[in-house]
Amino acid sequence: MTTTTDAPTRSPGESRGRQVSAGVFHPRQLLVSLPDALRKLHPRHQLRNPVVFVVWAGSILVTVFAAADPDVFTVAVAVWLWLTVLFAGLAEAVAEGRGKAQAESLRRTRGDAVARLTTGESVPGTALRVGDLVVVEAGEVIPGDGDVVEGIATVDESAITGESAPVIRESGGDRSAVTGGTAVLSDRIVVRITTKPGESFVDRMIGLVEGAQRQKTPNEVALTILLSTLTIVFLLAVVALQPFAIHSGGEQSVIVLTALLVCLIPTTIGALLSAIGIAGMDRLVQRNVLATSGRAVEAAGDVDTLLLDKTGTITWGNRRATEFVPVRGTSEEELARAARLSSLADGTPEGRSVVELCVRRYGLPAEPDEREKTGEFVPFTAQTRLSGIDLDGRRVRKGAASAFTLDADTRAVVDEISTRGGTPLVVAEDDRVLGVVRLSDVVKPGTRERFAELRAMGIRTVMVTGDNPLTARAIAAEAGVDDFLAEARPEDKMALIRREQDSGKLVAMTGDGTNDAPALAQSDVGVAMNTGTSAAKEAGNMVDLDSDPTKLIEIVEIGKQLLITRGALTTFSLANDLAKYFAILPAMFAGIHPQLDRLNVMRLDSPQSAILSAVIFNALIVVALVPLALRGVRYRPSSASALLRRNLLLYGVGGVITPFAGIWLIDLLVRLVPGIG
Amino acid sequence: MTNFVAQALAGLRVLLVLTVITGVLYPAAVWTVSRAPGLHANAEAVDTTLVGIDRQGDRWFHTRPSAATLPASGGSNKGEHDEDQDAVVAQRRTEIARREGVAQDRVPQDAVTASASGLDPHISAAYAELQLPRVAGENGLSEQRVRELIAASTDGRSAGLLGEPGVNVTALNRAVESAT
Amino acid sequence: MSSTAAGLLQVGVLVVALAVVHRPFGDHVARVYTGSEHTRIERAVYRVARVDPDSEQRWGTYARAVLGFSFVGVVLLFVLQRTQSVLPFDHGRGDVPTSTAFNTAISFVTNTNWQSYVPETVMGHTVQMVGLTVQNFVSGAVGMAVAVALVRGFTRSRADRLGNFWVDLTRGTLRVLLPVAFVFAIVLVASGVVMSLESGVDVDGHTVATAPVASQEAIKELGTNGGGVLNANSAHPFENPSGWTNLIEVFLILLIPVSLTRTFGTMVGDRRQGHVLLGVMGVLWTAVLGVIWAAEASGLRPLEGKELRFGIPSSALFANTTTATSTGAVNSMHDSFTGLGGGGTLLNMLFGEMTPGGVGTGLYSVLVMSVIAMFLAGLMVGRTPEYLGKKLGQREVTAAAVSILAMPALVLVGAGIAAVLPSTREALTNSGAHGLSEILYAYASASNNNGSAFAGITVTGDWFQASLAVCMAFGRFVPIVAVLCLAGSLAAQKKVPVTAGTLPTTGPLFATLLGGAIVLVAALTFVPALALGPIAEALL
Repeated sequence: MTTTTDAPTRSPGESRGRQVSAGVFHPRQLLVSLPDALRKLHPRHQLRNPVVFVVWAGSILVTVFAAADPDVFTVAVAVWLWLTVLFAGLAEAVAEGRGKAQAESLRRTRGDAVARLTTGESVPGTALRVGDLVVVEAGEVIPGDGDVVEGIATVDESAITGESAPVIRESGGDRSAVTGGTAVLSDRIVVRITTKPGESFVDRMIGLVEGAQRQKTPNEVALTILLSTLTIVFLLAVVALQPFAIHSGGEQSVIVLTALLVCLIPTTIGALLSAIGIAGMDRLVQRNVLATSGRAVEAAGDVDTLLLDKTGTITWGNRRATEFVPVRGTSEEELARAARLSSLADGTPEGRSVVELCVRRYGLPAEPDEREKTGEFVPFTAQTRLSGIDLDGRRVRKGAASAFTLDADTRAVVDEISTRGGTPLVVAEDDRVLGVVRLSDVVKPGTRERFAELRAMGIRTVMVTGDNPLTARAIAAEAGVDDFLAEARPEDKMALIRREQDSGKLVAMTGDGTNDAPALAQSDVGVAMNTGTSAAKEAGNMVDLDSDPTKLIEIVEIGKQLLITRGALTTFSLANDLAKYFAILPAMFAGIHPQLDRLNVMRLDSPQSAILSAVIFNALIVVALVPLALRGVRYRPSSASALLRRNLLLYGVGGVITPFAGIWLIDLLVRLVPGIG
Repeated sequence: MTNFVAQALAGLRVLLVLTVITGVLYPAAVWTVSRAPGLHANAEAVDTTLVGIDRQGDRWFHTRPSAATLPASGGSNKGEHDEDQDAVVAQRRTEIARREGVAQDRVPQDAVTASASGLDPHISAAYAELQLPRVAGENGLSEQRVRELIAASTDGRSAGLLGEPGVNVTALNRAVESAT
Repeated sequence: MSSTAAGLLQVGVLVVALAVVHRPFGDHVARVYTGSEHTRIERAVYRVARVDPDSEQRWGTYARAVLGFSFVGVVLLFVLQRTQSVLPFDHGRGDVPTSTAFNTAISFVTNTNWQSYVPETVMGHTVQMVGLTVQNFVSGAVGMAVAVALVRGFTRSRADRLGNFWVDLTRGTLRVLLPVAFVFAIVLVASGVVMSLESGVDVDGHTVATAPVASQEAIKELGTNGGGVLNANSAHPFENPSGWTNLIEVFLILLIPVSLTRTFGTMVGDRRQGHVLLGVMGVLWTAVLGVIWAAEASGLRPLEGKELRFGIPSSALFANTTTATSTGAVNSMHDSFTGLGGGGTLLNMLFGEMTPGGVGTGLYSVLVMSVIAMFLAGLMVGRTPEYLGKKLGQREVTAAAVSILAMPALVLVGAGIAAVLPSTREALTNSGAHGLSEILYAYASASNNNGSAFAGITVTGDWFQASLAVCMAFGRFVPIVAVLCLAGSLAAQKKVPVTAGTLPTTGPLFATLLGGAIVLVAALTFVPALALGPIAEALL
């Protein structure tokens, strides 16, 4: 059965209405987030981040000493240490702020829907309980998440998905789930509520983008442990330095030691770590994917095997006209003309493909002529399941086989097309069936390249299809997938997942039907289509609001990008320390051992300007990297070695060089300050 | 904790057994084998020339300075920028130059620096050459004869490759002693 | 032949010898630890000690066994020293003073062999043989056992057991260390090393101390222990009489640490995994050797504290090897090295003793560093980090971090306190930057279980005896427990298959990463302290 109102597949980067504003970083966001950043100076918040906490404690220490014995240098160091803490809070606040903006627009969509129960009662949407049956008619907003149990309707889900084309929701089958906050455009449905108030889809989405329930993911915890260890090491190194300095006859001031400590500990990554996590989730939401946890996003980066449904992901999904099969003495040309006529005003991919086939094979015009334009287009509806045109008293129709009364011959043709993996579309004129259009699978362009990329990333693709092995093999070969599962039943899918997992692999899949629920639950990354059933959505750990199965590939990339951003900024942060040593150590110790001034390779002006420049660089680099943390580092699918080489060069070597230049430049300005230079 | 005690007791039993094997049987076996002819002299350092101890008096070739306190061994442990050591080395150089009647800059490096063990039997060929006239004169030997003795007491590199060559003072002084 | 050319040829001979021998020997070691057969003498050991050799231990039990065994080792060695006067062959040296006995017991049990005593006047032959030699064997075997347990963590899948410590200990002692030590002890005697139960020998009217050196010399190098039978250690002509014995001793020091990379490769079923570790170790070993050699060759007093028969090349070779392997034997006095040369020996230790490191300890240390390096690398390729098919999560990173954190913490805290104690200045032979280097070296040596010293420092005071003993104990056992915990957590995981997305750990890229991590961690941690010591000296 072919419906003609599927949400069109979109490629990433297309306009997505409300999400666009959050996609680009604007410096003004720094200013807007300032109040939130100031609130984050509270010790309770600081304790959550060990690295930044050390900076915070150091700031207090230096402030006390600066207050006791103020001069330009000590006050400047104190100010810049506080700014470092502030910038760290700012990074997090900006990331959260972007989420909040999305949450606001979501809250508005939730609104104050009033629910009409089948019993006739009216209750506020927030008072609905699981199992309540509510009636929703055209023009009304669905008050909560649930399944359609009666009726069929077109629904506008743009509030959730940002997609303006309406979708069909009907009772039974795999298109029964509806989401609170979406609006019914036509017809009437009865919905059984499936979620408690406050736990609905929109609520979860709001919670996610606001970062309210954000918990550190396993990888983030591991990295935090590593960063804490480094912080302890540097703390010891700096604390032990004082006795060494005393032994050498040149006791250091607490201010200088604190400045050294703050410069050495991985403040850059420490400050940006939570922003990176929030932004990763945010990027997912921008692509209209909802993850139940950050853990799932990280797991996506590790996926070894992708289970892809053939239809919709690899092929257009039985939607390309490839043959006209006339019946009952109709000529092929006659059938083609009728099919063309019925499709002229049909903008769906199937309709267009019929016209294209007429043009290609029979040389018929692609555009309607003047006379044809006067015809009256009959649009597709969920009830009639057919569309067509009324022209000069002729009623030409095209639609699903079930919409027509068929004779035995036509029935045979229809069955033949169905069993061969195609989709039959019956064409009739004035109730007289002329023939059948064969819609066949056509592999989407660019699919082969996409799978080659995945292979380079080390991900194996398995196509899952209900087709017989022969058809499946042909399509698998054409699409370039690594393997296929033909005549797949849900239990086969499940067995395949188990097999892969037993050999230690992580499996990702998409699914929409209730049948898919066990497999979705079993897989490591299960992406449920929003068009799917509630059962499927509950079972998976992500929901794609666009119901676009190819999204899985993007999700994997987002997962990888998240980890790469963390790794790259950690490397950068550590690599920075080298230059800071060259700035600060000669400044501290040239007084004790004059030969150490030879290490002052940047020729910084004075000990004070050298130390202050390093502190300022350390603070500014946090702000400078906020856009990168929010956007994520550039990710291009390639082999692990190539990725590592590139990132080591860019962020390792770059991390060594950048601060030499930065500190040198800052020193040129700082030396002009009276009392410093 | 009981687990730890149990493990420690097992450890004690294992340690005692291994002590018998590696602490008693093993050294005893090595000692016994080292009684064999050809090994025994090495093992007991019979008439050894491996160590060098400075003989007092102008009759003898002098070893390198020693920082050891016999019977123990050891070095000076002075760093290269140590000012006290600068003075010590300068004084040694002056004394040796005076003793051998040569300019200070002819005194070689090994003559003024202490070895690691304080028992280094070797001196450089240059230092032996420096001392040659004095030793020859004091012992009434010709310089040519002493030069032959030096050559006979010069150790090359092991296998022509390993370590550094040097003149074994202990062997040399014994040769000088028996030559007179 | 010039000294430099001969020296380079000597290094060449050494490298070729190790390249040839480490393959069969490393495979032999792998068989020792993977075989299920017990020899008859081993069965006898297990029977007498009443341990079941066929049951295996969880990581916690394995760790308790290591700790329990080491604890009784300390007690026994302490008691032996304190009762020396009633033991034979003590030659009137009397009971070892309490603080020295305590420090020495910990020192030898931890494979450090830091010596706060003058053997010729303090340590009798019985304690040397029955106490110190035994610990030279078993502390080396403990290191190998822990390393093998960690390797099993990588090779096993969904397992809760790491092996049997008593079996690993016994096999390592009897099948790996003992035969090699015996053969080379005889070779050393044949090459002039003494093996005497007398107290001294008369040389031209002076008494020079002798000892049963050869038996202990062989295991002292082979087990990367390093404790001298005589005060001058391997600089003493009775311990190391010629260039030939010097090469043998350097070879013995490197034999097991180098071979264990082969053992590792063989056990994990991919020899290249061992090659890459050996490559990284070799490059860093060679680089620091170059630094020490060049620095010593251009020193102000290059022969101070060096034996003439070794000269600069063989002294640099030995100094580099002994500090890169946690051995601590010396054939020259590091304290008299140049700022840069001495700094090189110090740096070797501050790398965490893994270039190639001590017997067993080198392998497990470099594997821990690989875990850290792969964690960062894994992030940078966008996957949950993994190494050798095991995921590196919270537990693994925590264990690795604790293992790595112990050494810097002990060095910095210990040396920091020592630097400001008023008593310290009197303990130093040198003043200024070099004095600070002496302090840093002492704590780096103790915390890394090396045992060599900038020997000008007098460490017989109570503070040094106690604090250095603490550094040795924690520097040894904190990493061991963390490593065993890491092993347990790795063994429990199932193995992740290698796919095209797996970051290979066999190529030059991983080698660069690992080498970089070793250098970077040491540099970031210690550069401030080093700036006031060796760096200030070197720039003078």
